[in-house]
Amino acid sequence: MSKSKVKDIDRNIYDIKNKDEYDFKVKKGLTKEIIEEISEQKNDPQWMREFRLNALEVYNKLELPTWGPDLSELDMNEIATYVRPKSKLNTSWDEVPEDIKTTFDKLGIPEAEKKSLAGVGAQYDSEVVYHSMKEELIKQGVVYTDMETAIKEYPKLVKEHFMKCVPVYDHKFVALHGAVWSGGSFVYVPKGVKVDIPLQSYFRLNSPESGQFEHTLIIVDEGASLHFIEGCSAPKYNKINLHAGCVELFVKDNAYLRYSTIENWSKNMLNLNTKKAIIGKNAQVDWVSGSFGSKISMLYPMSILNGEGSKTEYTGISFAGKGQNLDTGFKVVHNAPNTSSVINAKSISKSDGKCTYRSLVRINENAKNTKSSVSCESLMLDDTSISDTIPVNDIKTDEVEFSHEAKIGKISDKAIFYLMSRGLSEEDAKAMIVRGFAYPISKELPVEYAAEMNNLINLELEGAIG
Amino acid sequence: MSNKLLEIKNLFVKAEEKEILKGIDLTINKGEIHVIMGPNGSGKTTTANAILNNPEYIKEKGEIIFDGKNITNTKTDEIARQGVFMSFQLPEEIPGISVTNFLKYAKSKATGKPIKVFQFKDELAKYMEELNMNPKNMERSLNVGFSGGEKKKNEILQMLVLNPKLAILDETDSGLDVDAIRTVSKGIEMFKNKDNAVLIITHNTKILKNLTVDYVHVLVDGHIVKTGGQELASEIEEEGYGKYKKEVSNNE
Repeated sequence: MSKSKVKDIDRNIYDIKNKDEYDFKVKKGLTKEIIEEISEQKNDPQWMREFRLNALEVYNKLELPTWGPDLSELDMNEIATYVRPKSKLNTSWDEVPEDIKTTFDKLGIPEAEKKSLAGVGAQYDSEVVYHSMKEELIKQGVVYTDMETAIKEYPKLVKEHFMKCVPVYDHKFVALHGAVWSGGSFVYVPKGVKVDIPLQSYFRLNSPESGQFEHTLIIVDEGASLHFIEGCSAPKYNKINLHAGCVELFVKDNAYLRYSTIENWSKNMLNLNTKKAIIGKNAQVDWVSGSFGSKISMLYPMSILNGEGSKTEYTGISFAGKGQNLDTGFKVVHNAPNTSSVINAKSISKSDGKCTYRSLVRINENAKNTKSSVSCESLMLDDTSISDTIPVNDIKTDEVEFSHEAKIGKISDKAIFYLMSRGLSEEDAKAMIVRGFAYPISKELPVEYAAEMNNLINLELEGAIG
Repeated sequence: MSNKLLEIKNLFVKAEEKEILKGIDLTINKGEIHVIMGPNGSGKTTTANAILNNPEYIKEKGEIIFDGKNITNTKTDEIARQGVFMSFQLPEEIPGISVTNFLKYAKSKATGKPIKVFQFKDELAKYMEELNMNPKNMERSLNVGFSGGEKKKNEILQMLVLNPKLAILDETDSGLDVDAIRTVSKGIEMFKNKDNAVLIITHNTKILKNLTVDYVHVLVDGHIVKTGGQELASEIEEEGYGKYKKEVSNNE
């Protein structure tokens, strides 16, 4: 009956299931033989093969986290960790196989590339099937390619940085990632180069009972700047899929990086992703994060402010609908004087969906004259939705300005009545309030992505009124 | 063709388990301005909310006919789209939605048609000038951080943009300042024509100074105890509600 202002999306777009066709799929489970097989298939250099096997050992030693959502339904014996699509890496969309291309077409990826991006990477299951970048950036020495190519062409740079920001012993799923990682993007922005238009990588997991473990490694050299966008989605299956990607950001002195994510995994996905940035002197990293999909998410991007005067800002939103448990937040460590962090987290939950905001702010002794402000706000759309806030603040010096503000509330019946008295249906009124609530985050995204986020909100709200 | 716009018949309304309206009858014709006056707690705001069928107010008996249709149990948004508007005493703050976008959206819902952007812009500019509004406020979030006066102007602006058949103005706040009163009178002056009607709900007689009203109803303890012309408002200004309160207690 009612049409929302933002064009409704076809929910089927995210749910297009292609036939589970692949060139190679490793058998389910996690053994030394399987890791060796993956390494073999991927034609790893020796150091990477050893790296994987070592990570597997670490994985076997580490326990599941004792806090947060229950992960007991994850059975690694039921997950295929490597699925190579029936496509090589292409630099033209025309060369991408038809069914894979159609999927990305429907997700709007090639169109976005033409309109508003400086470069695009597209991963399907375990491998990147498309990568391209504007000519002028190539000329300026910017590197944007898939990780596999990077290992071959920039071995020193990769070896120096690979899992140095996020070490394999960080937690069990990072170790898993280290053992089975495949695909992802490598970006290097040389000193002083400003990339004005965003680069985007899109990750699509098509294969059922499988995992995606892409590795994103970005180095923004001194005085350079970049906006990187990451999108992800998957069609829905009945069995569990696993996503344990890893993002490592090295942002050198006076550099700037904005890292934006819109994540819309299907609701059978366990999303256990790890993202971390090491930030140099007077450099800045801004995170913008929208988490909509997945059955369980544990996602806490982290900024390590190592350089004096460095800054970070996190702006994130999570939306948990029926059956979803989204445990998200942010971590920041202040390791140098005159650093600052701003955290602005929001969550929306409905129909027994659960959102937990979990954060860490650590300000070490030497981080004098540091500023940190945390604000988290939760909106619950009905009586069955759940919202929780678990902040940890560990402040070891007195010379700080620190503030923390948390607000949890139910959507206001008075506000709904007010909007309905102006002719908006109950559904439209709620959607307007939720979009308004999310606006501080959507305004940080490029226009197309803000629209996509509003669409996702409308999609989540559909049928919310019973 | 009937001239009748709103007809309330023997309406009983409960709010928070308490009987508030105890049998109200009221008829408003096209082209008329009505005023409901009464002391605090007499049921003025309840009347306005009952007409718009706010779910927090439970109708126990009676019916409300608007423009020939029974709207007693119609959903609020549908009543609004049929042409009833209510200006709130304390308008809700909606973060993240700009006044302009809200108005465009509400207007397209009210008319069921897409907005003609340029025409809409001109119309808006005209009203804003008349109401002496700061154009910068239009890009701010709806009512968020607005002063009382700015909120009032914003409500009146919405009335003008949505152009309802019946505008109900809830002015129960005794703290209306001169500027707010001017806003309301100016708004009514711009809005009013022979085909629409206004219902002002207030206990403040100052607001009626610059207006010519057709009927004044005195509401005391859930009953309309007296209906008269503008002179009734003057009487109340001088004598208060004491006389009517007694009448009610004598009757009960």
